[in-house]
Amino acid sequence: MIETDILIIGAGPTGLFTVFEAGLLKLKCHLIDALPQSGGQCSEIYPKKPIYDIPGFPEVLAGELVDNLMEQIKPFQPGFTLGERAETIQKLDDGTFIVTTNKGTKHHAPIVAIAGGLGSFEPRKPKLENLAKYEDKGIAYIIKDPEVYRDKKVVIAGGGDSALDWSIFLADVASEVTLVHRRNEFRGALDSVEKVQQLKDAGKIKLITPAEIIGLEGDDQLKAVLIKKMGEEESITLEVDNFIPLFGLSPKLGPIGDWGLEIEKNAIKVDNTLDYQTNIPGVYAIGDVNTYPGKLKLILCGFHEATLMCQSAYQRIFPDKKYVMKYTTVGGVTGFDGSKKEAPKAVIKAIE
Amino acid sequence: MTDIKIKITDRDGNTHEVDAPTDMNMNLMEVVRSYELAPEGTIGICGGMAMCASCQCYVRSKHELPEKSDDEDAMLAEAFYVEDNSRLGCQIHMTEDLDGLEVQLAPES
Repeated sequence: MIETDILIIGAGPTGLFTVFEAGLLKLKCHLIDALPQSGGQCSEIYPKKPIYDIPGFPEVLAGELVDNLMEQIKPFQPGFTLGERAETIQKLDDGTFIVTTNKGTKHHAPIVAIAGGLGSFEPRKPKLENLAKYEDKGIAYIIKDPEVYRDKKVVIAGGGDSALDWSIFLADVASEVTLVHRRNEFRGALDSVEKVQQLKDAGKIKLITPAEIIGLEGDDQLKAVLIKKMGEEESITLEVDNFIPLFGLSPKLGPIGDWGLEIEKNAIKVDNTLDYQTNIPGVYAIGDVNTYPGKLKLILCGFHEATLMCQSAYQRIFPDKKYVMKYTTVGGVTGFDGSKKEAPKAVIKAIE
Repeated sequence: MTDIKIKITDRDGNTHEVDAPTDMNMNLMEVVRSYELAPEGTIGICGGMAMCASCQCYVRSKHELPEKSDDEDAMLAEAFYVEDNSRLGCQIHMTEDLDGLEVQLAPES
């Protein structure tokens, strides 16, 4: 059981900044995210896109913003459960919560802060008959352990970075790698595109474009895929052990929608007059995942919401303590790791 | 004239005729959201960067639309339910030439 003060669901910018504001109040945080890395949409969808409306940053790449936030919260030693989706919540008699992930990891905290953005990212699945039948029986949407594909015949579908990168990686692992894409053009980092070109020329990756996988064959286990090249009548049957469709991820609110929270327009209703608490006391929702009159889904609004939410969480955990907000320019930042940052003292010295 | 008329068929097959302003730097995805013709969270997920295809639509009228950018073209190459008349709503800016445009939202994926 992972114990913490504030359990944050979602490691996007809002969730990450919550760690900082909680840290100033000496509250420890742990974050759960379905993605294997922190940063949420900023890392997953648009890491190379510039953002222009972060106060104090005339221009910052989404990926850089995440790196900066990770640096900013480092002294507060947040814990992470990555690659797992928060599945269930249980309220204990003492008012604290246990949140369990899809992999069974349990987290215990007096405060739950849902900073889930548009939801957890789920792989986008191609529309193929019998697709579900072969899931985990030859078909996987996420590569967890590349060794599974050692000496196997693998077909990958998709035209983005992950399709390119995994084709390159598996070229050295699998006995055969075939990459199928609907276009001749790929959208990815230039060096990945070039690398796939080299591997294709060297005969280590078979490229079938423009083409689409239109059917699956096999008994219990996937045995072959049907590939249709654009402009050709006949489809090709390709014998494979594994099929990895990599068509990106799309966010779904998912199990959080069944937690008994008040939902409106695919978002969680909160009290915006006070502290962004939901209809379940002790559970807050901040950032893009919440809604209230006049809500704007902006990173800067998420930061503000996180800040107020932490004050309320503190009062909830320590109802008898008096607390006065301290500016970081005055109090500095004292990390849980023993680090201390503070304003350098001015020199006071007479000029003779 | 600053408003144009657009016919939008939603994912349930209902057609709505709406007014779209041409002087507010809006795109088709934003028009759909402003009239709430698709549930929040199911359209415009990437915010309009041609990076998610949640605003894919089929253009049913004969309007001449601006050419697809490389980004839009590449995104449509990875999307599902794509037809020859598929476009990303976020890449179609509301201009007076588009008066009478008819589109249908592609299924959610």
